[in-house]
Amino acid sequence: MKTNVADSKQVKLSCRNVWKVYGSGPEKFFNKANGQVSDAATHADTIRKQQHIVANANVSFDVHAGEIFVIMGLSGSGKSTIVRCLSRLVEPTAGEIILDGENLLEKSAEDLIDIRRHKMGMVFQSFGLMPHLSVIDNVAFPLKLQGKPEQERYAQAKRVIELVGLQGRENNYPKQLSGGQQQRVGIARSLAVEPDIWFLDEPFSALDPLIRRQMQDEFLHIQSKLHKSIVFITHDFHEALRLADRMAIMRDGAIVQIGRPVDLILNPVDDYIRKFTLDVPWETILTATDIVEKPEGPIDALKRVSGETLVEKLLRYLADNEQGLAVEAKDGSILGIATARGVVKALASGSNDDSGAAPKIVQA
Amino acid sequence: MKLGSIERSFFHWLAVIVVTLGCIAAKDHWGWLIEYPDALIFPFSDWLNVMMDWMVKHFGWFFMGISWVLEWPIWVVQKILSGLPWAVTMFLFCVVAFVATGWRLAAFTLGATLYMVVIGYWEESMNSLSLVAISVPLAIFVGFSVGVWGFYSDRAERAIMPALDLFQTVPAFAYLLPILLLFGFGTVVGLIASVLYSFPPMVRNTMIGLRSVAPEVIESGLMSGATPGQLFWQVRVPSCRKQILLGVNQATMASLSMVIIASIIGGTSDIGWEVLSTIRKAQFGESLLVGMVIALMAMVIDRVTCGLAQRSNLYDPSEKTVLQRYRMWAVAIIGATLLFGLAQVFNVLADWPRDNVWSPGRSMNEGLTYLIVNYRPQIEALKTSAFFFVMLPLKIGLQGAVSPFTWGFALTATHKVVYALAMAAIALWCGMRGKTIAGIVVMLFAVFLYFGLTSIPWPCVILIYTFIGWKIGGRALGLGTALGLGFMVVTGNWAEAMLSVYLCGIAAIISFVFGTTIGIWAAHNDKVSAFVRPINDTMQTMPLFVILIPFVMVFKIGEFTGLLAIIAYAFVPAIRYAEHGLRNLPETVIEAGNMMGATRWQLLWQVKIPLALPVMMLGLNQTIMYAIAMLVIAALVGTNGLEQIVYIGLSDGNFGIGIVAGLCMAIIAIIADRMTQGWSKKRQAELGLEVQ
Ligand SMILES: Nc1ncnc2c1ncn2[C@@H]1O[C@H](COP(=O)(O)OP(=O)(O)OP(=O)(O)O)[C@@H](O)[C@H]1O
Ligand SMILES: [Mg+2]
Repeated sequence: MKTNVADSKQVKLSCRNVWKVYGSGPEKFFNKANGQVSDAATHADTIRKQQHIVANANVSFDVHAGEIFVIMGLSGSGKSTIVRCLSRLVEPTAGEIILDGENLLEKSAEDLIDIRRHKMGMVFQSFGLMPHLSVIDNVAFPLKLQGKPEQERYAQAKRVIELVGLQGRENNYPKQLSGGQQQRVGIARSLAVEPDIWFLDEPFSALDPLIRRQMQDEFLHIQSKLHKSIVFITHDFHEALRLADRMAIMRDGAIVQIGRPVDLILNPVDDYIRKFTLDVPWETILTATDIVEKPEGPIDALKRVSGETLVEKLLRYLADNEQGLAVEAKDGSILGIATARGVVKALASGSNDDSGAAPKIVQA
Repeated sequence: MKLGSIERSFFHWLAVIVVTLGCIAAKDHWGWLIEYPDALIFPFSDWLNVMMDWMVKHFGWFFMGISWVLEWPIWVVQKILSGLPWAVTMFLFCVVAFVATGWRLAAFTLGATLYMVVIGYWEESMNSLSLVAISVPLAIFVGFSVGVWGFYSDRAERAIMPALDLFQTVPAFAYLLPILLLFGFGTVVGLIASVLYSFPPMVRNTMIGLRSVAPEVIESGLMSGATPGQLFWQVRVPSCRKQILLGVNQATMASLSMVIIASIIGGTSDIGWEVLSTIRKAQFGESLLVGMVIALMAMVIDRVTCGLAQRSNLYDPSEKTVLQRYRMWAVAIIGATLLFGLAQVFNVLADWPRDNVWSPGRSMNEGLTYLIVNYRPQIEALKTSAFFFVMLPLKIGLQGAVSPFTWGFALTATHKVVYALAMAAIALWCGMRGKTIAGIVVMLFAVFLYFGLTSIPWPCVILIYTFIGWKIGGRALGLGTALGLGFMVVTGNWAEAMLSVYLCGIAAIISFVFGTTIGIWAAHNDKVSAFVRPINDTMQTMPLFVILIPFVMVFKIGEFTGLLAIIAYAFVPAIRYAEHGLRNLPETVIEAGNMMGATRWQLLWQVKIPLALPVMMLGLNQTIMYAIAMLVIAALVGTNGLEQIVYIGLSDGNFGIGIVAGLCMAIIAIIADRMTQGWSKKRQAELGLEVQ
């Protein structure tokens, strides 16, 4: 299970009121370049009515240094577009993108190339490998473009190839590799330049479930060593749960909710979010911290559990201790108590209740 | 709704047939229906001649300058290739062949080059090759640049595509003359003609290739921090390298065939000229021997370029030392030096002695004469029956072709009535079975067959084709067809155009039926397939001239020879496409057919062929294009259509006439192309198939 590594709140990359509109004349809808409009939802509807496609509507979020920020949403909700706006593969129609405190959209073409060469890495859903290059040449390709000498780039490429566990396949061509192996090459290539910020657009979607899980583990393993700032796109909620420090859910180009995965499960803002979290095995996600309540009486007599204990493990204790358990934080201080009622409450808020209608009580 | 549209379409067709019959009835009354009045002919070719004179007068120096510049590299390559001892050149070719695919090709190359030496045509071969050696890089450069331009600019593409169609369909004989007038006499004419003819495939492949690069590959290039230049040269171009190399291969083959054709204007002692002059002297044995040189050269070059294109995909994981890496270079240099030294001592290795030339040409001629003398009755019978029973009826119709002299009886009123009733019955039968269009086709065919293509009034022909174009490709194709055919009428080329259509049409139909039948067989029988494939490959790389030779040898000059040569060249694509179409049908459909208990024949006729028909139609398209290409060459054996006017224009030095007739041929080709392709696409869409 993932633990929060991103305690620092230092913002690495952020986007402010980003809009991307496709159509014959998208600029005419924005008189301010920063993309600020009074009512974003209405504005997006107005644009749609005039035969334009709103791929991103007023998207704003921050990516903190060292965190994994996951973007989720149904197909066509604008995930790929926003991540391409962040790297300026797609030019936003309006809004601001701020990387290390500087507006990326104001950078010249040369500066942009420089930023991509040294600060950004990207992994694509369908890999985007150069068919004419061998594995090692693919990985070393960004370094070659920078004009690094052959020895240096091969040494670096060998290092990252080892990191993704592809040693021995250096001289194969992409066609000769399986999908999972190809994606490892894609990952290795994006890491070769040692980027600060790492974009991954549905990197594991093309892989079958077993390989996907294995790749997720390796991804986490790599991240635990490298501590990149990551924007990770997926449409699989379980994947998001495993990886995300924080996540955003998108619909029709706009962000519906941002928060930690647990926040989304416990406090979904609407039914759209709730649908995503519906089949989540909550007992394997929620921890004691997530269900604490204020103690009503003395707690000294209660058994203590760590805040990180999963509810799954807690359940057995709760059955035995009607009073509840005292939950303690890492530093030993008491956060509150966990009771069976608290668990039920937490679940009730996340489940798809029909506007709180009381269940029918069948009389005996 | 659907029924309504079919009925409307039916009445449209009926109207067309009625108008046609009306015109035929009125043609004796109004002569202009058959023969467009001379007085109204648009003097297009005269204008072109005036323009050309003006160009030559005022800008001649410019073109002559280019010509002078281009003369040099050819001269240098020629000197090198003919200066080196043949043994050295041969060795180097073999090394290249070995690098390209391996021992087998190297051995084949050895045999081919030895053949050139032994029959005593080494020098001529090298002269032709040096022209190819300059024209191919030039064509590749031009084609690649234009392709890149078209890739980046949509507007440029809209101008480039029709221009390419013209370059590939206007017969070479038509533009040899303007090149001759502008650039002067000499090897440069061949060079420029061959560049003009061979750069279009390069353009097409470059554009297709650059388009096919996956967007994520581009994006990953951008994210790797590629500058625009790096993105183009290190991402776009190498990732579509295969397609571009295919273009290189096609350009090379086109260039080779054109270098041969261009030698018709003479002035150089190369292979093409030798073939032509031996044909003209009726030394068919010799011409076949020389023709084989071109064929061999084409095969070697084709295999080598293909091999090089594929080779770069192989990989070798082992680390290599410098010597290993440049091993083949070392072999080439050391071997060449050694042989060069040896050639200084043993002169045989440099100049093959005249006395040792092996020339079975004469004995071949004698054998042939013997054959012809002994089998004259059979040959003549074949020729006359084809002429009386196939060619003549289509040309002047049953009404003209059937006479006591040809068919053994005269056409009486009874015959006519029986014919009309029989055809009407067939049409009706088709109509009753719901195949309205088939019924209409039968009726139209009946009319054509009775009156003959050349005696149907031109307004009717235009009407019918325009109508077909409209039905297949919508208003644009209909209008284009009308304008194109109108151009032939007003420039006074109608009669010849119909003769071309007639010859090409028969050839295309026979080739298509014949080729498709073989293709169907090959699709169901791997042995047949394996047997046919090398024949196809050889025929496709065989230069057009060479195909002509054996037929001229046996049947002498004339339309029939032309017809046979066209068929021999044009049946190949029909085989290919039929086999390809049938072999690539969705498996599920065939399984479903089997499950329904269809017999083999039912499966073939009612499931497979209808589904494969769109692809077969593309085969028909290619068959027609090949037929037209060969038709141009067939002018040499004395046919009467547009191709002959083009040829006459060239030999009389009349630029305008030649180019206008050439344009007419291009129009025929383009209309036929658009119609068959349009039909195939439409049908594919209806069937929901996706075939490239
Ligand atoms: N170049 C374009 N031109 C027009 N519309 C576009 C373009 N690119 C994307 N769109 C539209 O923008 C919307 C968002 O597309 P986007 O690719 O960002 O979706 P996504 O969330 O990544 O979906 P998926 O999960 O299928 O990848 C879609 O409706 C799409 O049709
Ligand atoms: Mg996407």
